[in-house]
Amino acid sequence: MYFPKDVSYSRTHEWVRMADGNTARVGITDYAQHELGDLVFVNLPEVGDEAIMGERIADVESVKAVSDIFSPLSGRISAVNGAILDAPELLNSDPYGAWLFEVRGVTEHEDLMGAEDYERFCEKGE
Amino acid sequence: MAYYAPSTEDEQLEMMREVGVSSWDGLYADLPEELLLDGLAIPDGASEFGAQAVMERLASKNAAFQTIFRGAGAYNHYIPSLVKQITSKEEFVTSYTPYQAEISQGTLQSIFEFQTMMCELTGLDASNASVYDGAAAAAEAAAMCRSRDRRAVLVSEAAKPNVISVVETYCYAAGAELRRVPTRGGLTDGDALAAMLDGSSACVYIEQPNFFGLIEDASALGRIAHGGGAKFVMGVNPIAAALLKTPGECGADVAVGEGQPLGMPLSFGGPYLGFMTAAEDMARKLPGRIVGETVDADGKRAFVLTLQAREQHIRREKASSNICSNQALCALSAAVYMTVMGPRGLRQAAESCFSKAHYAERKISSVRGFEPVYEGEFFHEFVTACPVGTESLMRRLESRGILGGMPVDDGILWCVTEMNSRAEIDDLVSILKEVAEG
Amino acid sequence: MKLSFEKSRPGRFFPVMPELDVPEEKVPPELARAALPRLPEMSPPDISRHYSELARRTHGVNDGFYPLGSCTMKYNPKINDEMANLPGFTRIHPLQPEHTVQGCLEAMVRAGEMLCEITGMDAMTFQPAAGAHGEFTGVLLIKAYHASRGDGARTKIIVPDSAHGTNPATVSMTGFQAVNVPSDSSGCVDLDALRAAAGPDTAGLMLTNPNTLGLFDRNILEITRVIHDAGGLCYYDGANLNAIMGIARPGDMGFDVVHLNLHKTFSTPHGGGGPGSGAVGCKSLLAEFMPAPLAARRGGGYAFESPPQSVGRVSAFYGNFLVMARALTYIITIGGDGLRDAARNAVLNANYMMRRMSGAYDAAYPGTCMHEFVLSLDGLKREAGVSAMDVAKSLLDRRMHPPTMYFPMIVKEALMIEPTETESRETLDYAADAFLDIRLQAERDPEALRAAPVSTPVRRLDEVNAARHPKLRYNFG
Repeated sequence: MYFPKDVSYSRTHEWVRMADGNTARVGITDYAQHELGDLVFVNLPEVGDEAIMGERIADVESVKAVSDIFSPLSGRISAVNGAILDAPELLNSDPYGAWLFEVRGVTEHEDLMGAEDYERFCEKGE
Repeated sequence: MAYYAPSTEDEQLEMMREVGVSSWDGLYADLPEELLLDGLAIPDGASEFGAQAVMERLASKNAAFQTIFRGAGAYNHYIPSLVKQITSKEEFVTSYTPYQAEISQGTLQSIFEFQTMMCELTGLDASNASVYDGAAAAAEAAAMCRSRDRRAVLVSEAAKPNVISVVETYCYAAGAELRRVPTRGGLTDGDALAAMLDGSSACVYIEQPNFFGLIEDASALGRIAHGGGAKFVMGVNPIAAALLKTPGECGADVAVGEGQPLGMPLSFGGPYLGFMTAAEDMARKLPGRIVGETVDADGKRAFVLTLQAREQHIRREKASSNICSNQALCALSAAVYMTVMGPRGLRQAAESCFSKAHYAERKISSVRGFEPVYEGEFFHEFVTACPVGTESLMRRLESRGILGGMPVDDGILWCVTEMNSRAEIDDLVSILKEVAEG
Repeated sequence: MKLSFEKSRPGRFFPVMPELDVPEEKVPPELARAALPRLPEMSPPDISRHYSELARRTHGVNDGFYPLGSCTMKYNPKINDEMANLPGFTRIHPLQPEHTVQGCLEAMVRAGEMLCEITGMDAMTFQPAAGAHGEFTGVLLIKAYHASRGDGARTKIIVPDSAHGTNPATVSMTGFQAVNVPSDSSGCVDLDALRAAAGPDTAGLMLTNPNTLGLFDRNILEITRVIHDAGGLCYYDGANLNAIMGIARPGDMGFDVVHLNLHKTFSTPHGGGGPGSGAVGCKSLLAEFMPAPLAARRGGGYAFESPPQSVGRVSAFYGNFLVMARALTYIITIGGDGLRDAARNAVLNANYMMRRMSGAYDAAYPGTCMHEFVLSLDGLKREAGVSAMDVAKSLLDRRMHPPTMYFPMIVKEALMIEPTETESRETLDYAADAFLDIRLQAERDPEALRAAPVSTPVRRLDEVNAARHPKLRYNFG
């Protein structure tokens, strides 16, 4: 399991990478993709949608399950990663490269964890 | 011994002993006593022999017409004998949804072939495995097009009334608005449509040919729909689709229709076949079952139900439709029909409908009082005026073994297919003359 | 095996229609499609063989045991098909004048009356084409009922966690919110949770009884009372009626509206996934909302009527009429006594099979079951690394259709087995022995089970890639 230090982590297993003070990209963690198994599709929000901290913003599908993705921060969706629509396997093979969406104008965010705290959080969760 | 339940009384007793109960009541110990019935007010079994007599009597009480000039959503076409034989094979008839792909390749491949044929017929990219009927397909298509802000469905008043009615029921359920687009000269009024479109419009639904049999300028209507930011959904007759510009060529996002003309008998309205195809960007929104190609553990090509995470058994309350079956045997009928007919045979049937309907229209409208009501080009249905009460005319035709056209507001909606011979048409016209001349 | 498109040869054409006997008319070119659809061009003998080959790759009830839980894969009597195919039914146009379709109308009325007797309902429609379609229709009746009373506050429908996935999906599709209530340790509705969930916002409850665990909820009268006291209505999902027809009636349990799966309980074939028939029955308080048109007795004959506050149509015409005709044939053939005997034998067969397998497999809820039972293979998976999927696939090599897998979701590694009443004791013994044999093999050679099936036309499929990169049609290249 891989816990890179350049991102922050939510309790619902999303990662957040801040580009500057008010723009961030969000994806799912290596732990999450591992738990979910082979992912086959992702339903992304639309550019311009409002992201609300703690609310469902997207979902990822495996063959026999669907799991909600919660937005760890509030703001407006400024981009989505079209590449993972064509190659959803990237979510499994490169979870920290395969970002889902970008939020601009971040007004608030969850209490996010650093890599070490998140690793402990995952261990406890098991 | 009960019919179809093979255990003898001795076997039942032994099995009960094994289970640890001494009587039937022991098996139903969880049921509150006050619920237990003392028999049903339904006669005891009549046996197959007895049931046959009852059902044959019921069937004989219906009038099966030799000659049919009525369509309006259900069409009388020739069904090649291969269709009936193949769709009677017990493997196809008695299997269930192909959940276990390893022993269901027959059903799965036949659906994959069906999906391909429907894509070809409609000129679109993806098809589902079918839904209940053409009306349900239209209603599901409208649901596919709804988004958070765009929820209203604009339906042409030139669509079949029973289809509009089903779409309306589904809209009522979803709390979405249905707006009717008026007609002009029997065709969907493009100017009115343009004026009706706004930021709440999810889609525009028209039929090709429409309820009056007329061929719509679908490309233009599609441009208007898209200009207003709405999706464009076409309901098409699959026989006409072999000749007319495809929904794909007309810019449709979704095509639906009633597949009954593709090898299914009239059957008092069902089972029929709702087909649905979509442009690539809408494919994942198609409801219901979809079959896809993949490989097995040895790398061999195989087929499987796919994109299942869209569906109700996984998404539950978040699914956009609750449908979990298709009309598989009807889809099989359609696939066999299209295979037997082939591209040329299907075109021949369609051209035959077109030619015979035009012959009939000329002949019928030459009778005084039966003038055509609309001017536009039509496929195999057309409306004429009727100088006498439609009910008495229908009775008159009925006495000659003819099911006449469908009475509508402005007269009679006639349908002529490849099944109607020139002699039948001439016969009809001579009866109309008798009627018109009193 | 090749696709029909790959067997196609350009120019092969075997017309089934005669030459045109009227002057030829051409569609104006500006209205015509650019090219013909690329349908297969095959000869009749090759078509016949193509579909025979496909039939051999399809497992039907006629091919072998099919204990697919919740689907009631009983024998489909051939007399049903023969009667449905009478020309007096198949050649009838749905828009014929009523006096020319008295036989069709009478068939619908008689089937409706008998199904009302079986369910304890007062009116029945055959418009819904499948169970899910019936759910949609039935919940719409509930919606219309509350609306007619101006009761707009009822926005929620209670659904137990053991429900079929269609139930919550139906709730959403009809504009309601689903409220889940958990099952208690005995597998039945948790009454305290139900009482807590029911209130002035409750529109109704959707329940299957016997439930998807194969258990009859013995608190059923209390359950429906709680909902009625809260002002809601009770919807009966009839998927499992086969266990209790002729024994007890949903109407007497307090249900207001039901759907039936005529393709399950009443022996009409499933056709590879349809057509079915999801007839909906209701008590008189809901009858005025039924979909129009509705066949009824009038004078000495039969006619279509429009219920005064109908929710509208749910089908283009009257639903899958020929499926209804098959069910009617079945009911007349076996009669009221036969229906009861069918239910009894279905329950006996399920209990017998469960007993034969106990010891080797863990029943999720031991004790007497109804027409089906659920195994949990969680223990086997942890001990031997053999999953419910592996067992199911191993059954394919033993010439039977596996049970329903991974449902209900509240049981881990679930296999749901419904033998039905039409299986003989020999078949049940054969199937039980197959299960026992697989259990032994799980200890000796689990790898073989994980590699199963090996005797089928294809082996396990790559479902992941199928979903990641969908190929939904043949590529003509």
